[in-house]
Amino acid sequence: MLDVTHALELDLVRKTYGDPLHGHQALTGASFHVKDNEFFTLLGPSGSGKTTLLRLLAGFESTTSGEIRLYGKPIQSLVAEQRPVNTVFQQYSLFPHMTIAENVGFGLKMQGRPAREVAARVEEMLALVKMEAFRNRRPAQLSGGQQQRVALARALAPKPKVLLLDEPLSALDLKLRQAMRLELKQLQAKTGITFVFVTHDQEEALAMSDRIAVLADGVIQQVGGPREIYDRPANLFVADFIGDNNFLKVEVLSRQGATAMVRGAGIEAVQARDAAQGASQGTLMVRPEALHLSAGEGRVRFAEKARVLADIYLGNALTYVTALPDGTHLNIRDEDARRAAKPIAEGQTVEVWADAEAPMLFDGAGK
Amino acid sequence: MARNSHSRIIGQFPGFGKFTFLFFVYLYLPIIVVMVLSFNASPAATVWGGFSLEWYGKALANADLRTAAWNSIQIAVSAALLSTVLATFAANTLHRLTGRKDATLAQGVIMLPLVLPEIVMAVALLSFFSSLGVSLGKGNLIIAHTLLCLPFAFLPIRARLQGMDASLTEAAADLYARPFSRFRHVTLPMLMPGIVSGFMLAFVVSMDNFTVSLLVSQAGSTTLPVFIFGMLRVGVTPDVNAASTLIILASTALVVVSFLLAGRNPK
Amino acid sequence: MSTPANQGKLAERAGMLPAALFVAAFLLVPLGLVVAYSFMPANSFGGVDPGFSTDAYRNVLYEQRLDGSFRLSAAYLLIVWRSIYVAGLTTLIVLAISLPVAIYIARQVPRRRTFLLLMVTIPFWANILIRTFAWILLLRDTGVINGFLTALGVISSPLPLLNTTGAVLVGLVYTFAPFMVLPIYGRMERLQQSQLEAAHDLYANRWQVFRHIVWPAALPGVVAGSLLTFIPCLGSLIAPELLGGGKQMMLGNLIYRQFSEARNWPFGAAIAVLLLVIVALIGLVQVYLARRKFAGKVA
Repeated sequence: MLDVTHALELDLVRKTYGDPLHGHQALTGASFHVKDNEFFTLLGPSGSGKTTLLRLLAGFESTTSGEIRLYGKPIQSLVAEQRPVNTVFQQYSLFPHMTIAENVGFGLKMQGRPAREVAARVEEMLALVKMEAFRNRRPAQLSGGQQQRVALARALAPKPKVLLLDEPLSALDLKLRQAMRLELKQLQAKTGITFVFVTHDQEEALAMSDRIAVLADGVIQQVGGPREIYDRPANLFVADFIGDNNFLKVEVLSRQGATAMVRGAGIEAVQARDAAQGASQGTLMVRPEALHLSAGEGRVRFAEKARVLADIYLGNALTYVTALPDGTHLNIRDEDARRAAKPIAEGQTVEVWADAEAPMLFDGAGK
Repeated sequence: MARNSHSRIIGQFPGFGKFTFLFFVYLYLPIIVVMVLSFNASPAATVWGGFSLEWYGKALANADLRTAAWNSIQIAVSAALLSTVLATFAANTLHRLTGRKDATLAQGVIMLPLVLPEIVMAVALLSFFSSLGVSLGKGNLIIAHTLLCLPFAFLPIRARLQGMDASLTEAAADLYARPFSRFRHVTLPMLMPGIVSGFMLAFVVSMDNFTVSLLVSQAGSTTLPVFIFGMLRVGVTPDVNAASTLIILASTALVVVSFLLAGRNPK
Repeated sequence: MSTPANQGKLAERAGMLPAALFVAAFLLVPLGLVVAYSFMPANSFGGVDPGFSTDAYRNVLYEQRLDGSFRLSAAYLLIVWRSIYVAGLTTLIVLAISLPVAIYIARQVPRRRTFLLLMVTIPFWANILIRTFAWILLLRDTGVINGFLTALGVISSPLPLLNTTGAVLVGLVYTFAPFMVLPIYGRMERLQQSQLEAAHDLYANRWQVFRHIVWPAALPGVVAGSLLTFIPCLGSLIAPELLGGGKQMMLGNLIYRQFSEARNWPFGAAIAVLLLVIVALIGLVQVYLARRKFAGKVA
């Protein structure tokens, strides 16, 4: 163990609702750490346990077992008002009967800070989120985006050691959401506070995070940086949940070190990174943007024949939906094909090439 | 002429509108008759003898009636205050413990005065106070009315709590507010319209109560409805109309205010 | 809120104790006392004498002659029956009146809905004694209705409207109509317009929509409203006293008279216990039906 104090350390944190043995397991033995001054994201579909985990960190609910340490000190016996962490709630949860300034100053007032200090800090926070002009308004008079900023200022005002954000952008419309991503990221850098961010939106997670923990069914699936998670998913769930993917049933022909030669119905024998743990059959993953319609440097032939079924044009990307001879669909997002003057007609047969390093082999049947 | 549309509105049944109108006539006609007759110079119900405030003068000049009205107000204010305080703490605790068995039982007990026949409660309270052998005068009625008012004070507060976002108290806890501070700074101010509404309904329930008051009140603590009942027994005189009109107007004003307060959105 | 630190069980529940204990002390204890009184000998100056006696219950079925012998008498059973009959009929009439009104109000635009609801609520809170007394002004021989009909020449001598079972019914229906309108309205308000539209879309006519969509949705409100009407009607005092002229005796004024003029507290207590038993039985049936039929839907 390195002699570094992490912002948060979780050891086998478990949360069960109802009966401890047979009740619903919302979280099963989560262990990971969040580094100091990091933008850390808990990513998972609804019901994955990410919100439960955040509520355990905030102290709204108690752990069934396990330990949570905040800068080295165990905190699982502290209630919410005793923990130096603050939360930005999904629906903002601003106090409707208080002004914006009163909302922002609430935490400091509860800590018993002198009024003058509270007032100064409130002004500082309102300036930080550019809401000075609204200090005497009530939450109901603000737009969603403005309430969001106030919620941020309110949670940051007491200078928490860790800021918890529960899907704070989900209630905003798309344009505002994208603008707020950048703003949140800058705010984190400016304040130097560790952020733990919960979201179900993988794009949001990739765009903002230093590191991401992917959750499903109450289990941490993978912890890593955005690139690592995207390029080297730990399992089929992560591969499927993050980004688009093709999954093909294959059998293993031979193995050498970290790679395996595999072959499946309709595709050539190709080399793949081996994450199948010795299984003789498995699922081959290859991302659409790693597939091409022409040969090139660093590319290997992937399929001899694929019939074009449809093209999906999104402006900045063009995806061909093709079918291999056995009927398996293969999506191909080729940059050259997008630039081509004329799209390939439906029903035509094409040859498919893949980036040599892209294919990855997993154990199991996939989806 | 071509018929290019049908006249049916979904969810509307033919004749229900007219029926509802007649319903309101039925509901308000007796009240309006009392009010109109209270201004009738002629004591006969069927003869209009011109507009007069004579009966109001007569009613207000009746010292016993004034005493009864003053008794009613004192009892109603005390009972409404007491029941609202009890209800506020109970509603807050029961809301927190929703679904627990003992909480369900406690809520059932608090709602009991609403479901039991009033005459049974009246004789129960009469038996109880007489067996104690001590009379607290108006105190007996205050206790009895507090009991009757409790569910009415409780319901609007409970409803308001149910409409309240649970994450608000979590947000307060997250911002270092201890349990009492959470109640004082977040829950209580947000509950205020419900509490005021509960207080006013409790006040009206106490002011209007008849059956329990009839059995529990004693010589010195006659309430207004009990006094009016006594007047009716002697004979229906027009000054009863005047007193009744004043009572109806007062309780209507209170109910309308309470309704407006309770209807305000919690957000 | 559940928090990691376990607060004491009692401390967590402290808030509900004063209210619950208040009701226990001033309602449950007195009710126990009424049950006790019903088994004690009467004191002719009011109150009870110490001892045990079942005379009060025997008096319900038997009449004591001057020579001390008992004779079977249906007089009080008739009052029990009349109370149930009047309360039941009132409930049915109130239901028939309230259902169209509640449905109509629930389908209005919100502003109008709120206004109409307030209009239903105001008489609900207005003094019940005064509202019943108002019917005397309308129904008596020299009252508004008879005066109106005489003036029109429809009748020559006043109709005997007051002091009849009909007058008691009019007063009770009038008193309890809001108790039925409000719960049915509460159910109707939750019924989504799109459900009605879907039913019409699937070829239901108006009657079928009422039968298959509106009525099932209203049913829990109908049950609640019926209980809120039937139970207070059973023990009502004012309407039979003022509009029935004391001739149409019901359980409510029978109990009242035992505790006032007749000064036979144990007998009054026994009737009160009887009324409580009827109410408890209704409550039990309702709980049983609610569990069986709408499992979980009845709030």
